Amino acid sequence: MKKIINDPETVVQDALRGMQAAHPDLLSVHYDPAVVVRADAPAQGKVAIISGGGSGHEPLHGGFVGRGMLDAACPGAVFTSPTPDQVASAVSLTDGGAGALLIVKNYTGDVMNFEMAGEIADSEVRSVVIDDDVAVQDSLYTAGRRGVGGTVLLEKIVGAAADRGDSLDACVALAERVIASVRSMGLALTACTVPHVGTPSFELADDEMEIGIGIHGEPGRQRVPVGTASEMVSALLDPILEDLPFSSGDRVLLFTNGMGGTPLIELYLAHGIAEQLLADRGIMVERRLVGPFITSLEMQGMSLTLLKLDDEMVSLWDAPVHTPALRWGV
Amino acid sequence: MGCTAADVVAALRLAAGVIQEHRDELVRLDQAIGDADHGENMRRGFTALLSRLDSEEATSPGKVLKLVATTLISTVGGAAGPLYGTAFLRASAAVGDLQELDCDAVARALQAALDGVVARGKAVVGDKTMVDALTPAIAAAASVDGSVAAVLSAAADAAAEGAESTVPMVARKGRASYLGERSAGHLDPGARSTALLLRAFADAAAKA
Repeated sequence: MKKIINDPETVVQDALRGMQAAHPDLLSVHYDPAVVVRADAPAQGKVAIISGGGSGHEPLHGGFVGRGMLDAACPGAVFTSPTPDQVASAVSLTDGGAGALLIVKNYTGDVMNFEMAGEIADSEVRSVVIDDDVAVQDSLYTAGRRGVGGTVLLEKIVGAAADRGDSLDACVALAERVIASVRSMGLALTACTVPHVGTPSFELADDEMEIGIGIHGEPGRQRVPVGTASEMVSALLDPILEDLPFSSGDRVLLFTNGMGGTPLIELYLAHGIAEQLLADRGIMVERRLVGPFITSLEMQGMSLTLLKLDDEMVSLWDAPVHTPALRWGV
Repeated sequence: MGCTAADVVAALRLAAGVIQEHRDELVRLDQAIGDADHGENMRRGFTALLSRLDSEEATSPGKVLKLVATTLISTVGGAAGPLYGTAFLRASAAVGDLQELDCDAVARALQAALDGVVARGKAVVGDKTMVDALTPAIAAAASVDGSVAAVLSAAADAAAEGAESTVPMVARKGRASYLGERSAGHLDPGARSTALLLRAFADAAAKA
């Protein structure tokens, strides 16, 4: 294992110190329990938008804390959900009197820890669970679809709604609408190594790729020979399009995400192919996001996310955002 | 003679040592079908528990169990934190203010722990989870009429068998479920840690 770390045990808190040093104007980092909070929290009269999850997916979630997105993020250990006291602490640090919305990715541990946090928090707390990963085919006999790339879009759009003063009920309804309209799928060319484990999470031969991966270095549904970029994009896009389904005339946001170890040159290459495939089907790409925003440590790979847009989602996507990882309109 | 608060603390110290010894094994089991964090999460939780047991005095078995619950909930994370946390919290409530636990109280605590795990995680027997170790353990404990050590020993034996029974299962809960058929052929790490804990409790009771 070669990593830029001092000690596997303190990776998360050491990285949080660096985030605080890098963004003193935007973030206020608390260490016990670990919570990344907007520097100007609590925003009075505004619904607090809170998320969290295992570390190792940076910039998700801490990099999305700031005006127009998250009020707080709760970083767990690498690939491990945060604990209820972290989430409850985030609620009390950010509640400006309008309640808090917890954005939870659908993983067994995350769901249970956020559920317990809701039970112990003093404020009015609601939660939504995002499960946009079409790679999980059989929801009945599994823990259900995972929350992946759609989480970034959800946090941006609901964060903008809270920023313009929407009520907790309105934020929940909007979040449910986004969750119902977004689908994702990912692939890996390499595994990744969790610092406290020290060995790769799975073995992939040089000529193999794993289709349908999650974001925790877990294997996917299917292992196939590495193909061309066009074949890879189709392998991700086809199941997404069939699932919602997306059809000719739909307006969409296309999010081409890197898993951490794939360079932007490859992401742009893939993004161009995806745009062309969508245009061929008469699907109108109205907004885009390209880059590593929800990652799996140093894994090489990518995911595609499609969100079916309406006018309100477009205007909320365009609304000002000022966070370490996303910034426009300010 | 029943279990006092000091006996429960001694059992937990033994259990913490067992978890530390088996940390790498639990990581490997979880690496095969999950996300490789179970061993490290459990080690972190039980290490934190040891320092709380050193610094805080709990005056009844129920209070010790509650201390375990709050420590694990706030330090373990993942699925294991809420599940073991809820288990110990329910066990604590089940024994109330009793100063000593007899075998009935121990059986009651075990049953409450299982009920808590099922309520929190919604798993049933056959889903390839800790429920597959805990359920037969509780049945075995209820069928034994004897000392606390005998009750826990029967529970530990049944839990070990229950854990082994997860090997051929296809996971239907937790992160292993994403693997579908590829999850078969592996021991469930949560079932394994449950069996390890019950064995440690039984060993401690036998020494007491």
